[in-house]
Amino acid sequence: MSVPRYWREMPYRIRLEARKCKLCNYVNYPPRTKCYKCGASEFEKYYLPQRGILLSFSIIRNPPTGFEKTTPYVIGLVELEDGTKLLTQITDVDIDEIKIGMELEQTFRRISEDGDSGIIQYGIKFRPKYLKF
Amino acid sequence: MKRVAIISYGMTKVDKHWDKSLRRLFGEAALMAMNKVNIPKIDAIIVSNMCASDLSDQNNIGTIVADELGLTPITAYRVEAACGSGGAALLTGFSLVSSGMFEVVMVGGVEKLTDNIGKMATFSLGKAADAEYELFYGATFASLNALLMNRYMHVYGTPREAFADFAVLMHRNGSKNPYAQLPFEINREIALNSEFIADPIRLYDCAPIGDGAAVVILCPLEVASKYSDSFVEIMGIAGASDTINLGSRDDLLSLRATITAANNAYKMARITPADVDIVEIHDTFTITAAISLEDLGFCERGKFDKLLNEGAFEPGGIVAVNPSGGLKSRGHPVGATGVYQAAEITMQLLEEAGKMQVPNSEIGLTHNMGGVGSNVYVSIMRRAR
Repeated sequence: MSVPRYWREMPYRIRLEARKCKLCNYVNYPPRTKCYKCGASEFEKYYLPQRGILLSFSIIRNPPTGFEKTTPYVIGLVELEDGTKLLTQITDVDIDEIKIGMELEQTFRRISEDGDSGIIQYGIKFRPKYLKF
Repeated sequence: MKRVAIISYGMTKVDKHWDKSLRRLFGEAALMAMNKVNIPKIDAIIVSNMCASDLSDQNNIGTIVADELGLTPITAYRVEAACGSGGAALLTGFSLVSSGMFEVVMVGGVEKLTDNIGKMATFSLGKAADAEYELFYGATFASLNALLMNRYMHVYGTPREAFADFAVLMHRNGSKNPYAQLPFEINREIALNSEFIADPIRLYDCAPIGDGAAVVILCPLEVASKYSDSFVEIMGIAGASDTINLGSRDDLLSLRATITAANNAYKMARITPADVDIVEIHDTFTITAAISLEDLGFCERGKFDKLLNEGAFEPGGIVAVNPSGGLKSRGHPVGATGVYQAAEITMQLLEEAGKMQVPNSEIGLTHNMGGVGSNVYVSIMRRAR
């Protein structure tokens, strides 16, 4: 991945910045030019909630390039406290213990790396809420 | 708008064609289609393909195939809508004929996945999803569909076996198809015990990776009898899109683009789902078969397993589903799949399908999908006499 391509998405991937529609209040994430619900184009900056529940998940055993070190890993669709949904990795959990409906919170993590001299890509994963350790 | 007919079709077996290039595969399917009818000219070629840029280092596929067929200088270009490319090409070809822009249009799909098999093929196919907000997190195409399957089973309590049973049915159908990549029967245990690809999706929930090309030739219905004694009419055709991101969907158990495209195609054809005799649906994974049959109006939501058990998706039931074996058994040469479906429905309606023939089929439907339901094409054909 080129540096500009990684860099320009940082506000949305690392701060989970979204665009909230000024007309209908729908939270567009990832951000769009026009609102998905009403088509308006005036937005305010909005930060996604840090907690949510797991709507569905899958365990990846055949990883794409760059994800070999952490295989198997879990991707999940998370519904946040405000109803916004996002797709990310679920981490810090035993594969056997992962359940639809479980409560999750966000955590800043390394996502993947581009070989020995490429950039390291960071982003937000979700983990079970109130970790015991 | 002129009414449009399919006057001929051709296809190669879906397979790992190590000895054939992208252009040679297309040539083989096109030759079959051109030899079946008396066509003095082709005015344009619309070719569908998804992965050639990644796997065969080739763009400009329209020129490649026009050149291969000695048809330059006709208009020829490629249409891309991920796995829905074939359906998109059919809609483009239909529009060109219907508008009167061209008289005879060849719509063909070609895909050569085995030129770069393994991780690169998986990566290339994954590009149907959102590179920045899905693939970035390590999601694969199978895993995105697995999210739907997990949710479906959670909400409806559908037993895992139902999905295996659909794969069994597809392989039973495909075992009669000389063009199928996997023309053999399996049983429930084989499907249930196959290796995990992305839980809960196992190997036998997935379409295989293979090469293939398919072609249909279109012309105005009013002149079809000039070229051929037997042809079908495209009564309705429509496309639709949905958000690229699964996270933006209101409902994970329904693929809205299928509903929209199907409703528009039914309306254009002036029929209802009850009028349809055979369908070729886009079962990339067994879960997409379940959801698609519901969204197309052949099955109440969440009742897929019940109807499957009752034989509703076999000849004599509600609708004969994928007599070709579908993506599961016929195979899924991604960009070409939508054209395979159109060729197969044409073959069925003309009663030329041999051992896979579904008797007395008058109306057939194709359902071709790109991404996880993010780009869908539905077409409806009727036997013309």
